[in-house]
Amino acid sequence: MSTVAMQPSVRFDRKRIRANALGRGLLGGLTAILTWEICSRAPQLFGFSVPYIGVIPAPSKVLVEWSILLNEPSYWRSWYQSFFRVFAGFGVAFLLGVPLGLALARSKIIFGALFPVFEVLRPIPPIAWVPVSIIFWPTQEMSIAFVIFLGAFYTMTLSTMNGAREIDPALIQSAVSMGASRWSLYRNVILPATLPSVTTGAAVGMGITWEVVVAAEMISGGQSDRAGGGLGRLMWNAYVTGNYNAIVVAMISIGIAGYFSSALVRLLGRQLAPWAAR
Amino acid sequence: MQASFHDKPRGHLVLNDVVKIYDSDGGDILAVDRCSLDIPAGEICMIVGPSGCGKTTLLNAVAGFHSITWGTISLDGRELCSSQQPQATPGPDRVVVFQNGALFPWKTIMDNLTFGPLVQNTLTKAVAAERARELLAQAGLNGCEDLYPAQISSGMRRRAEIARALMNDPSVLLLDEPYRALDALTRSVMHEALLQMHALNPVTILFITHDIEEAVFLGHRVIVMSARPCRPKLVVDVDIPFPRDKRVLTTSRYRHLVRQSLDAVHEEAAISFSAGEREGE
Repeated sequence: MSTVAMQPSVRFDRKRIRANALGRGLLGGLTAILTWEICSRAPQLFGFSVPYIGVIPAPSKVLVEWSILLNEPSYWRSWYQSFFRVFAGFGVAFLLGVPLGLALARSKIIFGALFPVFEVLRPIPPIAWVPVSIIFWPTQEMSIAFVIFLGAFYTMTLSTMNGAREIDPALIQSAVSMGASRWSLYRNVILPATLPSVTTGAAVGMGITWEVVVAAEMISGGQSDRAGGGLGRLMWNAYVTGNYNAIVVAMISIGIAGYFSSALVRLLGRQLAPWAAR
Repeated sequence: MQASFHDKPRGHLVLNDVVKIYDSDGGDILAVDRCSLDIPAGEICMIVGPSGCGKTTLLNAVAGFHSITWGTISLDGRELCSSQQPQATPGPDRVVVFQNGALFPWKTIMDNLTFGPLVQNTLTKAVAAERARELLAQAGLNGCEDLYPAQISSGMRRRAEIARALMNDPSVLLLDEPYRALDALTRSVMHEALLQMHALNPVTILFITHDIEEAVFLGHRVIVMSARPCRPKLVVDVDIPFPRDKRVLTTSRYRHLVRQSLDAVHEEAAISFSAGEREGE
């Protein structure tokens, strides 16, 4: 193959690359669903059951359950409630974690005083905080948001701290030698230099908030309708009532919510740091 | 235009008996030993020495990034640091251009250039932008104003960085091996560009390098430093008239001065090699 003939296909074509990526994504998704469907129907199709995967309700049954739920306002209320809690917890984690990360990176005194406490609290899983959270916070919503906050807080703080530590000292020295005050050094050098790490930390942290949403929403007990306490609660109720199809619907709903939330964070990060994408 | 703001030339840098002793685990290390230099305003002073000899320590002391142990450093009669006040305050009168470049990646070239005057509040935004365009034109960087540093070549970045330093209207430019990472061809283009910028903006330049040919081509004087502890071993007056261009490189006078400096540096490099000094400071 000559290089001249190669040229049209190597040429940079944004639209085409995007279409290809979408195509591959769809192919992967469809293959996964099809494999799952076949495994679930193995007893009828091949006369034996596939271990593990065969136990999960078939996608077709899940879809039927889903279509029922889609018509129930309580299902959509669950989406709204979970999104509200996740963004509240995440927002507070962002507002506290980023400044704390910067302070830990830039001040030896703060690092010495706070980091040991931070490192002892960090390995405690958010679910272990559920009882304390219920006792501590005055309202149920605050307790839920707190557990979600914990999921994102440590990751955001550590990621910011590491980003702020790895700033090239020459950038700081040259800003100081050009007369930058403490404030303008933070605004013009330290913050923008840390921004890519903050974005990474936020995207990972956002993922974790959805991981802990089931644990957090266990706090919201006693809803009479089967889907009213958020997507995590929907999942828990389905488990308690033995509705396996609804369990899978809730699981996939959480997955989709997490995917779009993290994508949103990455998109915002790219908007804020246009130099990093180039 | 910048020079007309001042009646007499600025940038007379004097180092008097500067000593620097580092504390280290294996005991105190004498990095700089009674180093005295008198650099007149507007001179390009090249400091050459073997790696690890302490020449960057000297530059950092002038910049105010490191302290000194003994002696004084003064600029236009004003004492920057002494044994009483061992560390100078970094300031826009002594701007540093770093070895690996330190343009802010998140600022466009224009915003990089106007950074100093705007944070110091010395120029209005419009005046700073006008001055920036003037310096970019001198550096051959017309049309790069709105690009980010990652979008231009490494040679262009170095020129933009010199322009950014000059935006602060410094008395002294401190260059720490700024062209080390460039290829030979780009470097020789950089040398001519630097001389052109200096002709238009005659600030004092303290230039650290270990490239002797670079030193002789650029400098009014070349100071060869001894191996650690660092002190002037040989001062070479480069009596090749300015403006210089690449034709200088083939003259016998140039070759002679390079050879003379080379002999001195080699002697010191051999000493530092046998003393077990490692590459890099």
